[in-house]
Amino acid sequence: MCCARRGARKALQNQTSGRDSSTLATESNLAHNDQPNPGRRDFLYVATAAVGAVGVGAVAWPVINQMNPDASVLALASTEFDLSGVEEGSSVTIKWRGSPVFVRHRTAAEIEEARAVPMSDLKDPETDEARVKEGHDQYLVMVALCTHLGCVPVGDAGEFGGWFCPCHGSEYDTSGRIRKGPAPKNLVVPPYQFLSDSVIQIG
Amino acid sequence: MSSHTSNYTPSTGIEKWLDDRLPLIRFSKEHLMDYPTPRNLNYWWTGGAILTFMLAAQIVTGIILAMHYTPQVDLAFDSVEHIRRDVNSGRIIQATHAVGASMFFAAVYMHIFRGLYFGSYKAPREILWILGVIIFLLMMATAFMGYVLPWGQMSFWAAAVITNIFAAIPVIGDPILQLLRGGFAVDNPTLNRFFSLHYLLPFIIAAVVGLHIWALHVPGNNNPVGVEVKSERDTLPFHPFYTMKDLFAVVVFCIPFAWFVFFAPDILGHPDNYIQANPLVTPPHIVPEWYFLPFYAILRAIDFNFILDSKLLGVIAFGGSILILFFLPWLDTSKVRSGTFRPMFKWFYWVFVANFVLLTWYGAQAPDMKVLGNFTVADTSKLSVLYYFAYFIVILPLLSRFEKPRPLPNSISEAVLKPAPATN
Repeated sequence: MCCARRGARKALQNQTSGRDSSTLATESNLAHNDQPNPGRRDFLYVATAAVGAVGVGAVAWPVINQMNPDASVLALASTEFDLSGVEEGSSVTIKWRGSPVFVRHRTAAEIEEARAVPMSDLKDPETDEARVKEGHDQYLVMVALCTHLGCVPVGDAGEFGGWFCPCHGSEYDTSGRIRKGPAPKNLVVPPYQFLSDSVIQIG
Repeated sequence: MSSHTSNYTPSTGIEKWLDDRLPLIRFSKEHLMDYPTPRNLNYWWTGGAILTFMLAAQIVTGIILAMHYTPQVDLAFDSVEHIRRDVNSGRIIQATHAVGASMFFAAVYMHIFRGLYFGSYKAPREILWILGVIIFLLMMATAFMGYVLPWGQMSFWAAAVITNIFAAIPVIGDPILQLLRGGFAVDNPTLNRFFSLHYLLPFIIAAVVGLHIWALHVPGNNNPVGVEVKSERDTLPFHPFYTMKDLFAVVVFCIPFAWFVFFAPDILGHPDNYIQANPLVTPPHIVPEWYFLPFYAILRAIDFNFILDSKLLGVIAFGGSILILFFLPWLDTSKVRSGTFRPMFKWFYWVFVANFVLLTWYGAQAPDMKVLGNFTVADTSKLSVLYYFAYFIVILPLLSRFEKPRPLPNSISEAVLKPAPATN
């Protein structure tokens, strides 16, 4: 096709050869060899590609982002819970953001046990104090998903008196800290605050 | 061979007309009938036909199930029960689809281990092999998402655990996890998208199967002696010789398939999956379907930190155990394809097979179960993981330096005529 066009130009050139054929010939060289102005065509290529890439990106992002949590999911992002019904030594499981959350009312012995553990024994060192709210040391609030692959651990089980994950055998102590097995981290303490002495808001 | 020319001559006017426009008949005759196939292929070479049959069976039964299934968290579980109890023949169709997944994997494992023994991944079949690994990965993704759809306890927790694997990726792990699940936990958006993708992926698989067969028809089949086709004497036309052999194999394959479907449709599944999904309680012992157990055992065996944390390390081992297959054509440096002529390779190969079976068993056991004395599954399975990787990374690259292969026959036809070639 290129050659056909060149042929056509030649023909045109011949037709107008009476006047200034030399100028025309130069023009035709300009158009085909890009020599005096090579940047101009390159610029057009780059500009076209850039506009195209922005366009593709602008379309791709919504196509991917539609998979992210939608407005109805985000609307349920926080939840309130009254702790007064949780007896000492017992634990309840509530739902926050679709995931279970353990609320455990620990006994004094359990707290003592958790605080007696030396940091060097821990895979993910964290003091028990850092995992509870000051003045409410008996309440342990944790996302009830094993930090390995997200199973719900079983309470009052395992050799550390805390939780045992049935999926891959991770064991947590009475502070919900990882002690054994493939899980890398302690059970996650969600962001929460005490609204009153007995009511907490998670999230 | 790619160089063979078709001996198709259109005999009628309509055939001639068609041949000039879309040479469909010529193509079929070349690739489904006249395709020159090594004359010594054994029954291990019927895997392709069995797998094609299984893909078709899964697509057909799947499309039917989709007509009766509801991908919504409150209705999904009941809709599967509805299919099994109310829909005409639904019990059989659902069982065929569910058992079909297991049979599909049984066939694909036979196909892969055939390739591993006979060196089918070696030049010039690297791309053929790589496409096969891609199909295997797509099958795993499809099977996993399909397993989630009945929304039983095992469905739900499989979805939770497997999507959680992506959370192990540093920095971007959590955003990716939310993107995959469409929420902070596995929930309705997750079920919806899994249904959509479970319907899509089989067609992608079918397309890659097309490429896989294309890549097969360029160099031609490998064969049990691993010597390339040298003359026409080494080959037989695909039809009727291998169409019949394949058909017979498919029929034999259907016998256990039908037995499971009719007499034990649930035996390969897990009773916990007949309890509706409950995000607040994990079943006491969760295990994946049998065909994922070896890889699950690998994931679980890494429970120690080593530079990286145990979770990421486990995920790397889990992914690596499959991804390493992509590099196999370049890891095995022996020029001899068939294991039959490799006296040392044979031993390592069969140990690899036994080890793979052992990993399958490990995957089904509780990690703290005692195996030998005080050693638990979590301990001893590490040895199996070690051998699994050593086979690819250490043994195969080094073996060709120490091994003296037995003499190869000069051609396929010679091997067929003299089944026990003289050693001198």
